[in-house]
Amino acid sequence: MQQGQRFVHRLAQPIKNLAQRFAYMGLVLAAVGIMILGNVDAQLMESFRAHVTDTVAPILDAVSRPVESISKAVDHVRELADLRKENDRLRQNEARLLQWQSAARRLEAENKVLKELLNFVPGAEPSFITGRVIADTGGAFAHSLILNAGNRDGVTKGQAAMTGKGLVGRVAGVGSRSARILLITDLNSRIPVLVGPNRTRAILAGNNSDKPRLIHLPSGETVASSDRIVTSGHGGAFPPGLPVGVVMSVNDGGIGVQPFVERNRLEYVRLLDYRLGKILRLPEKGANSSMDNKAGDHKGARTRKP
Amino acid sequence: MTSGLWHRMDLLARQLTPSMFTLALVFINVIPLHIPEFSRVAPLLPLMAIYHWAIFRPKLLPAYAVFLIGLFQDILTGTPIGVNALVFLVVYGVVLSQKRFFIGKSFLILWLGFSVIAAGASVISWAAVSILNVALIEPKTVIFQYLMTLGFFPAIAWLFLRWQQAFLRFD
Repeated sequence: MQQGQRFVHRLAQPIKNLAQRFAYMGLVLAAVGIMILGNVDAQLMESFRAHVTDTVAPILDAVSRPVESISKAVDHVRELADLRKENDRLRQNEARLLQWQSAARRLEAENKVLKELLNFVPGAEPSFITGRVIADTGGAFAHSLILNAGNRDGVTKGQAAMTGKGLVGRVAGVGSRSARILLITDLNSRIPVLVGPNRTRAILAGNNSDKPRLIHLPSGETVASSDRIVTSGHGGAFPPGLPVGVVMSVNDGGIGVQPFVERNRLEYVRLLDYRLGKILRLPEKGANSSMDNKAGDHKGARTRKP
Repeated sequence: MTSGLWHRMDLLARQLTPSMFTLALVFINVIPLHIPEFSRVAPLLPLMAIYHWAIFRPKLLPAYAVFLIGLFQDILTGTPIGVNALVFLVVYGVVLSQKRFFIGKSFLILWLGFSVIAAGASVISWAAVSILNVALIEPKTVIFQYLMTLGFFPAIAWLFLRWQQAFLRFD
């Protein structure tokens, strides 16, 4: 009896090992297969990603809250240390900004009068959706954020994500209660921009470092260090005029850009709802719905305006 | 009877901990910490867990769990889906095949082994992401991330060692 058991055991062990090895190889092949499938059918993977992210969004939301409170507390202590210096700096800033404010008021009034003279038709006013950053999924290979706002809050793919300082990125995937923001520093991010006072056209290309680069400048055009960069609105992906960053370095290695937004400071992100995403859809469908939306857009903007 | 049931449930709960810890590290990895420059070079915490449990308790972290955790890591971090699943599986497989070498060795040797294996993992993910994006990823950040991962390894490994000594002695 015992011998029989031992025999079965001796026979079963190699089979078990073999089966385990096969299972392991199967999983490795599955991983490679999924990688290739993701490259062929990006849409499918995107929706899969959005579904899973959606499922775990409440967990991320809950976990990120205490961490945020702690980091805020640490910040408070740090701020206390140089309160006086900060106060001095802010006073000087205020004086400077007041001058700017009066200049802006004057220009605004002038602009309004000129627009009336020209019968200028204003562009659509955006409405905002604000979401909290519940995951900062950095690393060397991808730069993205997860927000706790999704479909049900009106988030759609392609919307521009901003903070008060400037452009953060765009919505790359949406679930019903979460959204993934592709940062402007991500390798896959390409944004049409205007550079400097000459409004030179260029593309801001992320490269997975914290300094994206300017590419595809028209030949003969030059940009200088500390030139301001804003979105151009070309291609319809973004509304024009959103602040992006400043040119930091111009050398043989390319043109490096310092974005206005500090990534580690991101807590809340505003999504701009210009309804421009429709343009990126199929032409025949897009033509109808963008017309419909334009009519609705003004209404929506008016009701949401404070 | 009841004590038998309790005992079994207790055992099951303990046996689930290696997989659960690995999964938890995936979550912890993506929490926004608001530390300057940190998120860019955040250490790859789940990799340490897979290395550790593959050496000490491979039965409690089966290959399919490694695969699923890798997929989940890809989904959350936004890397092309499948890359980390592959990397984690390769690390798991290599460690299992060299298990005899690691057992009973000093912590320094474990750390050294991890440095070699994590380097391999970084190279594989770097190559895979570069190929899938048809663009070269800047190696500088990858190297920094690798160094951060090495630096954090002792802390995580120490926690896991204490845990297994306290709760997973039966294996």
